[in-house]
Amino acid sequence: MMLQQVSSPHLRAARSTDEIMLRVLLALVPGIIAMAHFFGPGVFTNIIVACVSAALCESLCLSMRDRPVLSSLKDYSAVVTAVLLALALPPYSPWWLIAIGTIAAIGLAKHVFGGLGNNPFNPAMVGYVVLLISFPVHMTQWTAPSSLATIPGILDSVLAAMGSEAYDAVTMATPLDLMRQNDGLMVSALWQQYPQFGRFSGVGWEWINLAFLAGGVWLLQQKIFTWHAPMGMLTTLGLMSALFYDGGSSASGGSPLFHWLSGATMLGAFFIITDPVSGATSNLGRLIFGALVGLLVYCIRVWGSYPDAVAFAVLMMNFAAPFIDYYTQPKPYGQQARDSEK
Amino acid sequence: MSAIYSFHGGIHPEEHKSESNTSSIQAAPLPSYLILPVSQHIGAPAKPAVSVGQRVLKGELIAHADGPLSAAVHASSSGYIVAIEPQIVAHPSGLSDTCIIIETDGRDEAMPATPHPNWQSYEISELLGLIRDQGITGLGGAGFPSAYKLNSDGIHTLIINGVECEPYITADDRLMRERSDLLGQGINILQHITGAQQVLIGIEDNKPEAIKAVGTACEDRDWTVASIPTKYPSGGEKQLIELLTGKQVPRRGIPADLGIVCQNVATAVAIAQAVLEGQPLISRITTLTGERIANKGNYEVRLGTPVEHLLQHGGYTPEQSQKVIMGGPLMGFTLPDPRVPIVKTTNCILAPSKTELASDTQSQPCIRCGHCADVCPASLLPQQLYWYAKSQNHEQLNAHNLADCIECGACAYVCPSALPLVQFYRAAKAEIKEKSIEQRQADIAKTRFEARLARLERDAAEREATRAARKAEAKAKAEQDSRFAGEEDPVQAAIERAKAKKARLQQNGEPNSLHSKIEELTAKLERAKFGLERAHMSGKEEKVLTALSASVQRLERLLASAQAKQEQAQEPSE
Repeated sequence: MMLQQVSSPHLRAARSTDEIMLRVLLALVPGIIAMAHFFGPGVFTNIIVACVSAALCESLCLSMRDRPVLSSLKDYSAVVTAVLLALALPPYSPWWLIAIGTIAAIGLAKHVFGGLGNNPFNPAMVGYVVLLISFPVHMTQWTAPSSLATIPGILDSVLAAMGSEAYDAVTMATPLDLMRQNDGLMVSALWQQYPQFGRFSGVGWEWINLAFLAGGVWLLQQKIFTWHAPMGMLTTLGLMSALFYDGGSSASGGSPLFHWLSGATMLGAFFIITDPVSGATSNLGRLIFGALVGLLVYCIRVWGSYPDAVAFAVLMMNFAAPFIDYYTQPKPYGQQARDSEK
Repeated sequence: MSAIYSFHGGIHPEEHKSESNTSSIQAAPLPSYLILPVSQHIGAPAKPAVSVGQRVLKGELIAHADGPLSAAVHASSSGYIVAIEPQIVAHPSGLSDTCIIIETDGRDEAMPATPHPNWQSYEISELLGLIRDQGITGLGGAGFPSAYKLNSDGIHTLIINGVECEPYITADDRLMRERSDLLGQGINILQHITGAQQVLIGIEDNKPEAIKAVGTACEDRDWTVASIPTKYPSGGEKQLIELLTGKQVPRRGIPADLGIVCQNVATAVAIAQAVLEGQPLISRITTLTGERIANKGNYEVRLGTPVEHLLQHGGYTPEQSQKVIMGGPLMGFTLPDPRVPIVKTTNCILAPSKTELASDTQSQPCIRCGHCADVCPASLLPQQLYWYAKSQNHEQLNAHNLADCIECGACAYVCPSALPLVQFYRAAKAEIKEKSIEQRQADIAKTRFEARLARLERDAAEREATRAARKAEAKAKAEQDSRFAGEEDPVQAAIERAKAKKARLQQNGEPNSLHSKIEELTAKLERAKFGLERAHMSGKEEKVLTALSASVQRLERLLASAQAKQEQAQEPSE
C-alpha cells in the first residue's frame, strides 16, 4: 500500500485569496451605494465598464503569459482593481477613458511586473494617474451631487458611458477644489458662498466617506488587514490639518474633519494603502507608510494643483516601501534578551 | 497563581481532541517483531550491546548510551535478536538506520527490576546516571536525552510542560488524568535533581480534567499549576517559558541561560518509573486518531512496535492515496512506509481521511497579505523569507533570520494562497547548511594546501642550509687536512690507494666481485619491490607508482646482466 508523502503542516485554515478579495468587494458596497445615491447611476456604469475591460485585459495578459486564465480570474484581484479605479473616476466617464485606465492598471502596473503579488505600485492608482495626466479635462469634471442638481437617469448614464455627447451631466467644482483655490475668503464665508459645502465637508462627500469608513472598519474586524496603515494616514492627515487650520482664516487649509471626510480619504485609507502587495510589510512599516501617505495627501491637497492627492501620495510611498521595510524588520524571538545581555 | 504572559503570534486551529480523549489508556497488543532503532533521540546513536541469536528479556539493555549526549535502548519484550541491520525508520525522508530486531516469544518475561525507593539519599550524579541508563529522553517531541538536559547548574525554575497544543493529540492529556500521582513523584525527583525553588506546571485550558487531576495530585506542594489559554504553539519550549515567566530565551541560547529547565509531563512520569520502580523506557503513550481509524484513543505502545501493527489494532481502513502522519497535523510528518516502528518521540499516529486533511489545494501567488507575520511565534517575516527562499537569496535569508524559524507551520496554516511555506524554509535551510559544509571543507583544503606549501619551502630551506653547512665543513676539513698532512703529497697518496685496490682485486679475483654485486642488486630489488607493494596498498599517486615500478624493472635488468656475466666467467673454469 503506497502512502501519500506530503510536507507539514497538513492542516490549513479555510480562508483563501479569493475569499479575501470578495470580502474587500463586499466592504465597498456601502460606499458604492452612498456614491450612487449622491451622483446617480453613472457610478454603476463606471464600475460595469471597468470590470468588463479589466476582465478582458487580465485574460489577455494571462494568456500571453501562458498562465491559467480561468483559475487566475477567479481570485477576483482584477475586479477589485477595476472597482477601485471606477470609484476614483468621475461618474459618467466615457467607456474609452475607463478602458485606458484599466489597461494601464492591469496591463502596465500589474502584468508587466509579473502579475498578482509582484506589482511594486498600486495598479488602480497607476491607472488613475495615467488618466489624470493624459485627460485632465475629463478627470476634473465631477458631477454635482443630487441635492444640488437633478442627476441623470439610467438611459443618460448609458449614453454617457458610450461616449455620446448627447447628454452632459451638470458638473461642479468639488469642495477640495474650492478649498484649494480659495483666495481671500474665511472658511466660514466659503461655506456660506458655495452650496457644495455640507456640515463637515462637501455635500454627499461626508456620507460617502463615512460609508467607506464603515466598510473599512468591518474589514478590520474581519482581520483582512491590520489597523496600522489606516491609522497612520488618518492621524497625520488630521495632525497636519489641525496644524495649518489657522483658526479658519483665509489661509486655512481646512479642518481635520474636512480632510477626513473629503475626496478619497477613507477609500484611500482603508482600500488603497492597505494593498499588501505594494505597501510596507511589517506592522511598524505599515504605520510609517500610512503616516507618510497622510502627510503627502495633505501637502498635495493644500499646496499642490491636483483635484485629489491620494493617488500621487500612494504612488510616491510605493517607491519608498522597500526602504521602509529595510529599516523596520521586526526583531526575532530572543533578540531583545540577547541584546540586553551584552 | 502567577500571571500568564503572552507570546507573539500563534493560531487557533480546530482542536479535534474529543475524538481520542474520552476513553482511558489501553495497552496495545504485543507484535511478533519489535524494531528498535539505535537512534531515537538527539545525539550519538546508542551502541548495540547484543548479538544476533541472543535471547533478551523485557527491560534488558540492548544498546548502551555512547557518551553523555546519547540514550540507552532496552528490549521492550522478551525474545530473540534476529537481526541488527538498517531498516526504514520514522523520518520524513524515508531514511534507513541501524535497528535491533527482536522476534518476540510471547512470554513477555521481564528482567528483575531494581527499585530505588530511598532515592533522596542518592548523589545527584547517581540519579542522573540512573536516568541515562534507563534510556529516558524527552517524550514531548525532540527526544533530547533527559539526563544531559537536567545536568545544568544555577536552575531556579522547573517548568513542566503539559500544554499539548497540537490538534488531535491527547496522549499527555490522558496521562495527566490517569497518572497524576506518578507525575507528582516525577516532579519531586526533577525538583530534587535541578534544585529549582519554583515549579510551574503549564496546561492548556482545553484540558480542564487534566488541570484538576494534576492540581489534586500536588495539592500539598507549593507548585503552581497554570492554566494557559489554548493557542498553538504554546507547547513550544520557548513559547511556554515566555508564557509562564514573561522572559524570552536569548537567541541561540538555551533555557538554562535563564536558570530554567523544561520537562514534558510524560518525561516526568518516565523518570518516576525509572527511579522508583527501576523500569527502563520501553513503552510510551501514543494517540491513535483520524477518520480512518475506528477505535480512536490512547494506547500504551511498546517501543519498536511497527506502526502497521498499531493501525490494524485500531481498526484502520486505508483509502486511495492515504496519508499516515506521525505526530500532529501541524508539525508531524507523513510516513514513507507503515512498517516503521513507534519510537520514544512518537506521540501520535494520525490516519486522516481525504476530506479531513486535504493536501491538494492549489497554490496561488503570494499577495504579501502578512497574515503569516502576524502568527509567526518567532516574530519573523515569513512572506519575505518565502520570497528569498524562492530566489535562493541566502544572504537575505540570513538577514531575515531564517535560522530562527521553528517550522511550527503557523504561517502555512493561515496562508490564503495555500503556499507550502515550511517546505520552502526547510529546503532553504538544507541548502544553506550544505553550502556552509562545502565552505568549511574548502577552507580546510585551503589551509591544508597552504600548510603544505609552507612545509615544502621550509624543507627546501633546511636542505639548502645543511648542504651549505656540509660544504663549509668539508672545505674546512680539506684545509685542515692539507695543513696537517705536512710533506705528504696528496697526488702520491691517491696513486698509492689505487695501487692497493688493484692488488686487492687481483687477490680476490673477478668472479667474487661479481658475486657481491649480484647479492647487492638482489637486496636492492627486494627492497624496491617491497616499496612498490606498500605504495600500491596505501594508494599513492600514479606518478609515484610508475617511478617505483620503473626502478624495479631497471634493477631486474641489471641483476639479469650481472648474472649473465657471472655465468660467462664461471664457464671456463668448469
